[in-house]
Amino acid sequence: MYRIVYKKALNPTVTEMRVLAPYVARAAEPGQFIILRVDREGERIPLTVAGYDRDEGWVRIIYQKVGATTMKLDSLREGDFIEDFAGPLGVPTNLAGLSDVCIVGGGVGCAIALPIAKKLHEMGARVTSVIGFRTKELVILEDEFSACSDNLTVMTDDGSYGREGNVCLPLGEMFAEGRKFDKVIAIGPLVMMKFVVAATKPTGIPCDVSMNPIMIDGTGMCGGCRLTLNVDGKRVTKFACVDGPDFDGYEVDFDEAMMRGNMYSAFERHAYERECNLLKDKTDNEGDM
Amino acid sequence: MPNMSPEKNPMPTRAPQLRAHDFEEVATGYSEETAVLEAERCLHCKNMPCVSGCPVNIHIPEFIAKIKERDFEGAYETISVTSNLPAVCGRVCPQELQCEAKCVRGIKGEAVGIGRLERFAADYHMQNTKTPPTRPQPNGHRVAVVGSGPSGLTCAADLAKEGYDVTIFEALHTAGGVLMYGIPEFRLPKKIVEREVDNLRALGVKIETNVIIGKTFTVDSLLSDGYEAVYIGSGAGLPGFMGIPGESYKGVYSANEFLTRSNLMKAYRDDADTPIMKGGRVAVVGGGNVAMDAARTALRLGAEHVSIVYRRGLEELPARREEAEHAREEGIDFLLLTNPVEIYGYFDPDDRRNPKNGFVRAMRCVKMELGEPDERGRRRPVEIPGSDFTIDVDTVIISIGTTPNPLIKNTTAGLEVNKRGGIVIDDTGASSREGVFAGGDAVTGAATVISAMGAGKHAAAAIDKYIKSKN
Repeated sequence: MYRIVYKKALNPTVTEMRVLAPYVARAAEPGQFIILRVDREGERIPLTVAGYDRDEGWVRIIYQKVGATTMKLDSLREGDFIEDFAGPLGVPTNLAGLSDVCIVGGGVGCAIALPIAKKLHEMGARVTSVIGFRTKELVILEDEFSACSDNLTVMTDDGSYGREGNVCLPLGEMFAEGRKFDKVIAIGPLVMMKFVVAATKPTGIPCDVSMNPIMIDGTGMCGGCRLTLNVDGKRVTKFACVDGPDFDGYEVDFDEAMMRGNMYSAFERHAYERECNLLKDKTDNEGDM
Repeated sequence: MPNMSPEKNPMPTRAPQLRAHDFEEVATGYSEETAVLEAERCLHCKNMPCVSGCPVNIHIPEFIAKIKERDFEGAYETISVTSNLPAVCGRVCPQELQCEAKCVRGIKGEAVGIGRLERFAADYHMQNTKTPPTRPQPNGHRVAVVGSGPSGLTCAADLAKEGYDVTIFEALHTAGGVLMYGIPEFRLPKKIVEREVDNLRALGVKIETNVIIGKTFTVDSLLSDGYEAVYIGSGAGLPGFMGIPGESYKGVYSANEFLTRSNLMKAYRDDADTPIMKGGRVAVVGGGNVAMDAARTALRLGAEHVSIVYRRGLEELPARREEAEHAREEGIDFLLLTNPVEIYGYFDPDDRRNPKNGFVRAMRCVKMELGEPDERGRRRPVEIPGSDFTIDVDTVIISIGTTPNPLIKNTTAGLEVNKRGGIVIDDTGASSREGVFAGGDAVTGAATVISAMGAGKHAAAAIDKYIKSKN
């Protein structure tokens, strides 16, 4: 059992938690993920490590309430326990030798991008961050990004905060001005990463992406997280849990990953509604007392 | 006088039409009377050929004699001297290839039902004895075991009985490994596995779940934390795929994923949080026990039609005979000498948002014939040109084996592995790293529960010797 030592809503749909898991905190590195199970009946879901404190022994997770499991997770409070919390899983993001990097984060993907930006900043690298959200009230982690970035651009799709437009806009402008980076690291929705890769490709700058497919065990056993890379004209199957989650963006078959990503969307919608109704019943009953 | 009936007493099973729709155990086990009758078929050969066929050398004629005398608890105790998981082995061992293959009664007629008798004795004990095993005197030495599958459980139990302070590290949230995530409830009730794990805890073994060796800790960190030896029983890893077009469509599973969803995550229950594709037409590719388990699970989840697609013939089917027979009885279709060449997905040209898009709709196969034997002596299947045909399917489950998990080899310097990724060991179970031993699927690639147990047992003896030699 793993105690929740801190919980804070970052926006109406995204929550931050710090979970006491000293073994995980001791070994975690940016880019890795954990698998949790809220209770004994729950499903296993992967969530990226959004920070850790090795001395205090906690791991930070940031999640969006999108499905039944994240809803259930969100019903827990500080001091409550999570049944299972295993990790760190996946290969840490390879930052060796980088001194000038552009970090592109989209939505809740910014939670994954942040520890990478922080680590690069600690290494003394020049960090240019572009973070994008749908609208003002969904903006998260701006201050923390600001603290570890040499240059930060915040984008909103509707222009309600920062600049209007998607993350590719400032990226394209920088490239047009001839700005070079050692690497572009893009983390966010698949479609965003696909476009960042397309925008970066003409520059020849390496572009890594972080994949977050459906997983069960997270240790290289089930194969549910497989994705296809195009390597030198050959199609190669890789497993995000043990080979990733980071991959060379130029090689990833995003269309296939997007297709696979919605395999259980009907089930998930149903489960989400069921969980919402359960929570609603619970709140109603509590209200009666 | 021995019972000279040429045939085994049949294993009572629930009717196929009944059992194919639920997850309760298929075989219900011998009654006391049947067990005694079957035990009387044993000739008690002096040279005990059956014992040499058992990977853990159970004293077979001895335990059968106890059953004959109706000393059922005594029979269990005899088995327990060498085997730690008799209730499991009695159910899942391929006895026809092991102990029963060597049985003299098998020359004219059927072998003694050794596996069925083993299960009977183990179940008798479970029903009638509630006292857990007592913890032996600690000897002050610590050993780490990686993985709580059959190999790790066996190694841990043997060491604990010698007084070692054993900690098992398990990556998943539940102990039991393949016995929990792989083998379905209808073949191995999870209660039985849980009871075996509880017995291990009573022996003083500690089990740390949610710890992934190679990630949370490394083998080296275990050694520097004061574990004097490490046993790696991390099991099989990455599932194999065929490398044919269409394997990424939605509805194509590895058997590992399909079975894990159902067994470990309980996706077969209506209230489960973990989804699984149910119903429709299902094709399972492969012919081993795992393929049978996946096919029969799909049937129980409500599939309309399930076929096993296997590239060799019935004779070559690697599954336990009983499982293949049960599968047939339950109505599973066997497409033998058949190999898939392409999986087709659904695409609605008029509606890119049609939710059916990207799901499997059919699979093209080709007929095979058996050619020359390969290096292992099995006749190699060869495609018959122009014999292609297409079957309509909604779900494809690939069950063509696994390769060892890379997490430990990638994080343990100096640990020698073979070209398939299996850990290289000597004949005692010792790896190329001092104090590090290994066994089971992590060494051999996908094999059987009992061979993994045999390896765990063998390595436990070597670990005991190794630690004693250093102190």
